Amino acid sequence: MKLHEYQAKQVFADAGIPTPASQLASDVDGAVTAAEEIGYPVAIKAQVQVGGRGKAGGIKLVEDGAEAREAADAILGMDLKGYRVDRVLVEEAVDFTNELYVGITMDRGEGKPVAMVSTRGGVNIEEVAEEDPDAIAREHVDPSFGMHPYQARKAVYDAGVDRAVARDVSNVLMTLYELWESRDGADAEINPLMVTSDDEVIAADAVMNIDEDALFRQPELAEMEEEAAGGDELEQKADEYDFDYVRLEGNVGIIGNGAGLVMTTLDLVDYYGGKPANFLDVGGGAKAARIANALDMVFSDDNVESVVFNIFGGITRGDEVAKGINEALEQFDEIPKPVVVRLAGTNWEEGMEILNEDLVTVEETLEDAVQRAVEYAGEVSEQ
Amino acid sequence: MSVLVDDDTRVVVQGITGGEGKFHAEQMIEYGTNVVAGAVPGRGGQEAAGVPVYDTVQQAVEEENADTSVIFVPPAFAGDAIFEALDADLDLAVAITEGVPTQDMAKVNKRLTETDTRLIGPNCPGLITPGEAKLGILPGNIFAEGNVGLVSRSGTLTYQVVDNLTQRGIGQTTAIGIGGDPIIGTDFVDALELFENDPATEAIVMCGEIGGEDEEEAAAFIDEHVDTPVAGFIAGRTAPPGKRMGHAGAIVSGSGTGTAESKISALNDAGVPVGDTPEEVADHIEEFLS
Repeated sequence: MKLHEYQAKQVFADAGIPTPASQLASDVDGAVTAAEEIGYPVAIKAQVQVGGRGKAGGIKLVEDGAEAREAADAILGMDLKGYRVDRVLVEEAVDFTNELYVGITMDRGEGKPVAMVSTRGGVNIEEVAEEDPDAIAREHVDPSFGMHPYQARKAVYDAGVDRAVARDVSNVLMTLYELWESRDGADAEINPLMVTSDDEVIAADAVMNIDEDALFRQPELAEMEEEAAGGDELEQKADEYDFDYVRLEGNVGIIGNGAGLVMTTLDLVDYYGGKPANFLDVGGGAKAARIANALDMVFSDDNVESVVFNIFGGITRGDEVAKGINEALEQFDEIPKPVVVRLAGTNWEEGMEILNEDLVTVEETLEDAVQRAVEYAGEVSEQ
Repeated sequence: MSVLVDDDTRVVVQGITGGEGKFHAEQMIEYGTNVVAGAVPGRGGQEAAGVPVYDTVQQAVEEENADTSVIFVPPAFAGDAIFEALDADLDLAVAITEGVPTQDMAKVNKRLTETDTRLIGPNCPGLITPGEAKLGILPGNIFAEGNVGLVSRSGTLTYQVVDNLTQRGIGQTTAIGIGGDPIIGTDFVDALELFENDPATEAIVMCGEIGGEDEEEAAAFIDEHVDTPVAGFIAGRTAPPGKRMGHAGAIVSGSGTGTAESKISALNDAGVPVGDTPEEVADHIEEFLS
């Protein structure tokens, strides 16, 4: 779960990391009033969860009320890479002499947190990491002790941060680590951490990704997630149904159990010349109602021309799956899109007895099921 | 022959009084696994799935000589349950729980370096030595005794590939589901080493997926240290960058690492053929064995 910039900034500011003065606004008048209160120049920043907001016209620097009105009017309501902008952050423009990067993430290869500092802030840090890995100082942290202050200092000196601000940057990095740890961060980043001509540091952006699996012990942040919801309509619906779902651009809808098997089904659709419309994992032990919801999800995607069910039961039971498929399909006078079903594993025989074969096409193997679904999608789109 | 588990393995089930714990303890016993105890705080003295329940894993070790734990504890308490298993000095702990917070696993990972216990999982289906014992939730009936070792990051994909093998009469020595999380106990390299050292294992299937660099590391290890023939499968060729495909670890990073292509080419370079379909994986194994 990724926090919006304004939310992450609030979390950082509450912990004592310096941030610019800012206010959230959801209409043009509100944005202009906020800008007057903060004092020009200000930046007006779209609050949507996409990278490259600046380049896409989602961030504008303004000098006076007329410019502020024009910018807020342009940004509010705009479509930014598929996301509608309904809020902007109006923020004091910081006059800086330098831009740094500081971040904490989990190094999965090492199985340990890693703190990172670079003097090449203000740009895409992934590109820096790729082109010039040495430009980022890294310090691994023992998760059972947390980061020692000396480690923060070491990272800052290794990165070659100016001595005048080294102490402040170390403090920011320590605080960022403590936040990352206490809030179950996946990533916590400040890019850029601006250095002013008075040798002060200030977090001009704020990124905080929370480990979804730990939201149960982060109730405050879990509430923010609701507030932050947005984006693709189908992906929102999948959130409501609590499915692992990713929308893709093809026309073969895919439903399965278990991430690896669903990915494999996608790959086979592609292998047999079709195009997957989605990844949908119903998870382990899905009951009939959940299976019906999954079909509802996939049918809601207008691009879908055919659907393939691939269930290999372990915890999941074939009879429950069959019940769910019947339930979902019996409500239609005419099935909207052809459905191919492949059932294997736990209780598949019971499932096959229950499954209403007038409503679906049954195939015995994964390969046959996928080929049939690809065929159906092709036939429909040619009409 | 078997890897890690056999019919002498003495199993304690942590969380045996919960719905999943009880059901799968019964399934394991039915398969022939030597389940000797359960461990659930506050339930000591009770009985579940026909075995005595203790308040702590340590008691199950002392009273029943348990040497292996299978963990069915909800995610919020799973990290603690794994610590308990490691601190009880077991040989093996298998964590089935899905959704354990990553920071908890980082702490577990640190403790693993300080103990002799081997951890499998979390978020895994467990492991099975057909005909002897199964630890976890794998459906026993699709497996058959034989000479192929299998290691996989995904549960249901394991079932699929095993089914392809068993249907052709190819049985397995042991199948290990290592789990799809970013931080896990036993990884590909560990499992490959076990199979390489097992005289009964004559061929190995390795099922990987997008995300991370474990498959690349495994490929390098195979190149250097594995003489047993290995066939591979990589799920997620069609996954777009930046999207998490179900498993917490299955995400292709923006900078192009962890892709299916990089994994397949690393495996190919190590002499490992990678099937386009599970059926093709079985073809390769059949060839190795003929």
